[in-house]
Amino acid sequence: MTKEELIIKLTAIVKPYIQNEEAFNGLHENTDFINDLEINSANLVDVILDVEDEFNIEIDNDPRAAYFRQMENGLYVRMALLQLLI
Amino acid sequence: MSVRVVITGLGVVAPNGVGLEEFTKAIKAGTSGVTFHQQLKDKGFSCCIGGVPSISQEKTHQYLSSLQLRGFNSTSILYGCIAGIDAWKDAGFSLEEQSNLDYDTGIIFGTGTSGIEKFREAIYKIDDQKVRRLGSTTVVQTMASGISAYLGGILGFGNQVTTNSSACTTGTEALLMGFERIKNGKSKRMLVGSSSDSSLYTWGGFDAMRVMSYKHNESPEKGSRPMSETASGFVPGSGSGALVLESLESALERKAVIYAEVLGGNINSGGQRNGGTLTAPNAEAVQKCITDALRDAQINSSEIDAINGHLTATAKDTLEIENWVKALQRKEGEFPYINSLKSMVGHCLAAAGSIECVASVLQIKEQFVFPNINCEDIHPEILKLISEEKIPRKMIQKELNNIVKASFGFGDVNACVIFKKYIK
Repeated sequence: MTKEELIIKLTAIVKPYIQNEEAFNGLHENTDFINDLEINSANLVDVILDVEDEFNIEIDNDPRAAYFRQMENGLYVRMALLQLLI
Repeated sequence: MSVRVVITGLGVVAPNGVGLEEFTKAIKAGTSGVTFHQQLKDKGFSCCIGGVPSISQEKTHQYLSSLQLRGFNSTSILYGCIAGIDAWKDAGFSLEEQSNLDYDTGIIFGTGTSGIEKFREAIYKIDDQKVRRLGSTTVVQTMASGISAYLGGILGFGNQVTTNSSACTTGTEALLMGFERIKNGKSKRMLVGSSSDSSLYTWGGFDAMRVMSYKHNESPEKGSRPMSETASGFVPGSGSGALVLESLESALERKAVIYAEVLGGNINSGGQRNGGTLTAPNAEAVQKCITDALRDAQINSSEIDAINGHLTATAKDTLEIENWVKALQRKEGEFPYINSLKSMVGHCLAAAGSIECVASVLQIKEQFVFPNINCEDIHPEILKLISEEKIPRKMIQKELNNIVKASFGFGDVNACVIFKKYIK
């Protein structure tokens, strides 16, 4: 599968979740789901499930899975906040 | 001076009519919304009939976005959103995605078990070790407060946004809680109501208790028979009712159409004492709830023109009539008109109170008493207490000033509210 084909498939998958039409219409390989497409971060898990279904793969616990990094970052932010409060 | 509270918007999703126009027409004509469901028969239910609102895909898409509908499987949230949004628009407000946060409006929208089909989906996935596959919306679709959470976000309300739950009293209780909040000056407007799923998983437990009608699987529209000698149990229903309550001051300020005034009411419990149990009412507490509601409304029982009863079509109907007779101290020909919406839509459980409040308010606004269907054969024990003409079998057009509505629920809980025709 070429990169172009991959992007076409991904475009179709993320379409229901995007909130920024302009960024979506110019979607390319460096487009950021959250900052550019303004996808609600809660929906990232749904995007992953759709990707798994489409490509018949499992990307759970894969170090490349960005959503885990996102959540992990969130965890540190919350820990830092808690520390500030305590 | 104490705050007066009025009703300025209504929305309804009922088995015999979705939307105010259709519903009003149906209750005036005595149209049944009870139908046969093969699914119930296939699963071995004794009662294979029920009241399910009819909602097209197209209509669903008018209320929820494609994103909201991804993996969506909660009829109670769908019904609640339709009724709630309709009520808000009916009150003269517009729906804008980026509206300013409105700190003066809140929501009390109740339910029993909400999103039970989604729950089932999730349980199967977890048991299959596929917890990851639940997606991001299983929680919001199955939490009890899912309905108030969905509505709160769609409408952008900043006052209290919550869900109450008190079995079949839920809808009437939600209304009274919203009424009190406005009365106490804590908010200007409250969207109140309740909703209940159309699901065999909600209904199954009642079938097992043998409290649902099993004699009318061949004649569904005849199955729900409140006050009838041949009543054989309730027919399960579902749907949602919603009302916009507003301080009179706020309503007048925006020149809103006023349906009726909420004059007062009462919520209590029989404590499962003196004959009350988890599933049966303490008669003394029921009567006290009614008399306390009259006192709260500062109205004499002789001023009540009509009663919209709880009347489920079980053996308890006669006891309910007896409770009304004692509480109002009016009997036979002196008794007010009485009707039960359940004869047309079945028992909509957590949604019953709100749908029936909508019906009661429509009666006041349009000055009619809707007919009781399926009680050609009024129970002889009821006829010993009140006159036959007080149970209309055809719609009556009449001047109505005050209607009392009560709901009673499992857990021995009661709620009673008095609606008054709005007079400046």
